[in-house]
Amino acid sequence: MPATSDIDKATHDDPSASAAARALGYPTQVIEPAETYQSVTRTISSIVLTRKHPKSWVFGFFVACTLLMLFFYAVAYLLMRGVGIWGVNIPVAWGFAIVNFVWWIGIGHAGTFISAILLLLLQKWRTSINRLTEAMTLFAVACAGLFPLLHLGRPWVFFWLLPYPDTMGLWPQFRSPLVWDVFAVSTYFTVSLLFWFLGLVPDLATLRDRANTRLKQTLYGVLALGWRGSAVHWQRQQSAYLLLAGLATPLVLSVHSVVSFDFSVAILPGWHSTIFPPYFVAGAIYSGFAMVLNIVIPVRKLYGLESLVTLRHLNNMANVMLATGLMVAYGYVMEAFMAWYSGDIFEQQMMANRMFGPYGWIFWALMLVNVLVPQALWSRRVRTHPVLLFFVALSVNLGMWLERFVIVITSLHRDFLPSSWNMYFPTFWDWATFFGSIGLFLTLLLLFIRFLPMISISEVRELVAEKEAAR
Amino acid sequence: MNAAVGEVARREDRAPPRRNRVYGLMAEFTDHDALLAAAASAFAEGYKRIDAYSPFPITGLAEAIGRPRTIIPLLVLLGGAAGGVGGYFMQWYSMAVDYPLDVGGRPLHSWPAFVPITFELTVLCAALTAFFSVFLLNRLPQPYHPAFNVAAFAQASHDRFFLCIEAVDPKFDPVQTHAFLENLRPAALHEVIE
Repeated sequence: MPATSDIDKATHDDPSASAAARALGYPTQVIEPAETYQSVTRTISSIVLTRKHPKSWVFGFFVACTLLMLFFYAVAYLLMRGVGIWGVNIPVAWGFAIVNFVWWIGIGHAGTFISAILLLLLQKWRTSINRLTEAMTLFAVACAGLFPLLHLGRPWVFFWLLPYPDTMGLWPQFRSPLVWDVFAVSTYFTVSLLFWFLGLVPDLATLRDRANTRLKQTLYGVLALGWRGSAVHWQRQQSAYLLLAGLATPLVLSVHSVVSFDFSVAILPGWHSTIFPPYFVAGAIYSGFAMVLNIVIPVRKLYGLESLVTLRHLNNMANVMLATGLMVAYGYVMEAFMAWYSGDIFEQQMMANRMFGPYGWIFWALMLVNVLVPQALWSRRVRTHPVLLFFVALSVNLGMWLERFVIVITSLHRDFLPSSWNMYFPTFWDWATFFGSIGLFLTLLLLFIRFLPMISISEVRELVAEKEAAR
Repeated sequence: MNAAVGEVARREDRAPPRRNRVYGLMAEFTDHDALLAAAASAFAEGYKRIDAYSPFPITGLAEAIGRPRTIIPLLVLLGGAAGGVGGYFMQWYSMAVDYPLDVGGRPLHSWPAFVPITFELTVLCAALTAFFSVFLLNRLPQPYHPAFNVAAFAQASHDRFFLCIEAVDPKFDPVQTHAFLENLRPAALHEVIE
């Protein structure tokens, strides 16, 4: 009896196909053949329990905490003085805050894509990266959620966005995409958190049972909630896990669609476009995979996880990035084409201004880092070369940020009425909040790597069981 | 289920001291196939109060000990439906009844604009139901369970597989059950003390 169901067995890597892939030089292994239950548990749990952390972790944490302090500083000053400290004004009322919001929430999408959609598609290679990417999703969405709140002007009354029986007798305007956003983002965060924790509980039990100090045993024991791996418990956990994956799948597509409605429902040239939802979702997965690669490549090297996160993982993620990158490039082409084809002078003016206006250089930088550089991923050598891949992913992350800058700022700064045209220049506080949010993200991520198993131990054991059965 | 069994057993004999009472007999195996086979034969033998423990989910194990289905999908469906209906009702009530706002004569019951939030609340309520029903039905968090009294059970979250026949089983007999488990050729056999 195999450890997995018949459906898994039927779709498990066909030996002739993987032989063909190997002959072509593609990496095929999702797990090294020498791995056993013992080695898997040891490798992953020792990072949290016993192993001394590399110097680079300490250095990274130092940098992350420094940026986090900058974030606190910038937010504290914002709460004191108001959004006037940012470069936003009329006509560009949505500055960095919205650019950063869309950028962060897009990054989150890869985590859900890997953990939910690839689970439903029975992609075995997701197993050793899903935990880390789910954590990345949580932290990215946490960063994303802060920006619209800080942009509110009076963030301390953020709960006015939620329907509750208030003394003013008011309701949120449920027909507004901005209110849809509140529901979409908070649902997304909650579901990601539940999904992540449900998968984490059995691994917390492993840490509890292998803890080498009383304190760790108590802390992991409390978090493990008394999990003991009973067959009936597993049955319920697996059923709920699969259902959550099914629920998260339409959710991941809906969240960035709703975010794109914030733009496309407005009548502004450059925003009012039906291509936005699919184009935003593709861009979100694109930037998310880039961020996953930027995290996974250094982490697997520093913690010696190359036998669990193999070159096949990197190759597959690079392939997803290439595919979604082409969809995004198609989006750029279609935006330009439709601006011309519509015959609408405002659309045409917007496109000309976007390419050759005062922010034109940002548009061309975007084309370079987000369209041209990723074409390197057609090469197998780049896809399986961690260092090169890291830099391509970095380029995509930068590119996706520039894309949101182009969409938000160049559309707003020159609309229908030339008398209201104006420029937008970010201030020190804009930059401080942006880099500070990166500090928040990295701090959370580094703490996660330090204190929780970054690879799902129980799911990798399933891979081992399957490998044993296939032998 | 174990928790329930434990509670019943505890209530039944409140009088005698609970110390050193046998909770069950536990056989330890080194791989999942052996556990699956052992679980199936224990169930075939007529034992009903059994539980199997493994470091990762094993398809067919719950079925092998006579627990073919879980109610979770149904609960999730109900939770999702409640979220969807409730979410739509909230929007209709607030926008069309409680606080009607005439925007250029557009209909107050503007259902297409209510779709996104209805969808989000459906997903949210379904997900919350899925998560909490796992822990409620599993009776977790549970700070104490007799299985943890077996020192070797720490391996149940690592590389060992356990089958426990509980003392509350009507067919349980310290000698015969011991012999039966011995026949399954386990790596070790433990007595679980409550």
